[in-house]
Amino acid sequence: MTHYDFQMPVTEAQVRALKVGDTVTLNGALFGIRDATQIHMFDRGRKSRFDLRGHAVIHTAPNVKKVPKSNEYPAGYASVCIGTTTSARMERFTRPLMSEYGVRIIIGKGGLGKDSQQAFADLGGVYLAIIGGTAALETTWVEAIEEVDFEDLNPECLWRFAVKGFGPLLVAMDAHGSSSYDRVNAAAAARRAAALAAMGVKA
Amino acid sequence: MSKLHVDIDAVEEAAKLLYIRALKVLPDDIKQGFGRLDAGESDSTAKTILATMIENIAVAERTDNLLCQDTGIPIYNVTIGRDVEVDGAAMKAAIRRGVERATREHPLRSSIVHPITRVNEQTSCGRFVPVINIDFDERPQTLELEMIPKGSGSENGSFLRMFIPADGVDAIKTFVIDRVMEAGGKVCPPTIVGVGVGGTSDLCMHLAKVAATRPLGSVCDDPEGAKLERMLSDAVNALGIGPQGLGGDSTSFAVHVETAATHITMNPVAVNIQCHSARRATATFTPKGVEIGF
Repeated sequence: MTHYDFQMPVTEAQVRALKVGDTVTLNGALFGIRDATQIHMFDRGRKSRFDLRGHAVIHTAPNVKKVPKSNEYPAGYASVCIGTTTSARMERFTRPLMSEYGVRIIIGKGGLGKDSQQAFADLGGVYLAIIGGTAALETTWVEAIEEVDFEDLNPECLWRFAVKGFGPLLVAMDAHGSSSYDRVNAAAAARRAAALAAMGVKA
Repeated sequence: MSKLHVDIDAVEEAAKLLYIRALKVLPDDIKQGFGRLDAGESDSTAKTILATMIENIAVAERTDNLLCQDTGIPIYNVTIGRDVEVDGAAMKAAIRRGVERATREHPLRSSIVHPITRVNEQTSCGRFVPVINIDFDERPQTLELEMIPKGSGSENGSFLRMFIPADGVDAIKTFVIDRVMEAGGKVCPPTIVGVGVGGTSDLCMHLAKVAATRPLGSVCDDPEGAKLERMLSDAVNALGIGPQGLGGDSTSFAVHVETAATHITMNPVAVNIQCHSARRATATFTPKGVEIGF
């Protein structure tokens, strides 16, 4: 179990060095992305102007307040509350995010599936688990909303946040085919029969 | 007998205040639930996760911020007691205005879209949203307005199955276990698993929602339901799914069951899951005024 402090963006080698159980803290740029963002990017052919190569995306749609643009609020948005949504809905977008945009890190909650696991191995990527439902804390790690693309999709825009000390986040799926979720699910499946028997359910 | 006359402007104010308050402050029973889970947790990663969740509750209160970024689907449960006079249609419109004002004035993320066009009106409202449920009870001169911002990650963990009588109670128990396993970390455990047993298909699903949003420590008032919820609570926490689906003992605070009579040919079961951000807030209208609580 090793802890890493990353200044974003990162290289493929940095990401491939990570193993399930390690922890990571991010500094610099972090991109917020969600269902509608990716439906528009990959199903409807919209291209983002952002350079995501080597970057991390987080599955989120923040609460924001529209304010006049200034040095403090370069995109004209103040953060109200920034948290994380369930990743599984966005499973099919992992590979194109990596192959077409060069994303290296996906941050979310609840885990991703087999296709993402394969994409992480093939292209060099990881999934970092953040703790869902702890947005008040997460918001304190975000310094500013720096830039916004696909603004018409609010709150599901592509957001560029500046973050400092964003973590520690747990490496839950790595580039070596290992997944915390697979391990837990297999253990639960092994305990299922005993749990049912304890309630008197006939096999 | 004098009557309670419910002021519509006060309903609008309460609807607004409850939405914002529910998003920021967790009820005491849920806070205590975290303490209980933490005390019984044997997995070190799970303990770290629970500690972060507990810290987040404190940060939200200290910074006057939302516990979770998901503003949910706004649900209002109105319970009207005896000797209450209220203009029902005006009350429903006032609740809606309260939701719109909370969204605009705080501001809150509007999480509500049209189901087909996916257009977001940026008001947290839409067709039939906020969800408003109206019921009646025996309390004299009392109207209770309960607000639940139901998070979507756990709401997506909703399941209904119309079993048949020959499948028996074993099918109900197995269904709950299998759905909790299927939901895994996606529903943001530790959860409250709401289970509806019996009724029609729609009543069964509604019972599951009532069960999922009941305070911790409350017990099903049907003894058969109470027996089932004790059994299921132990069983789901024997699976090792743990907080966030990353392993541990603390998969659920509790399983809650609600029951209704059903048809001789039917054996329905529904599951509705509440995430660990088990948010709710209540305003009680009496002749003394409006009291805000959980």
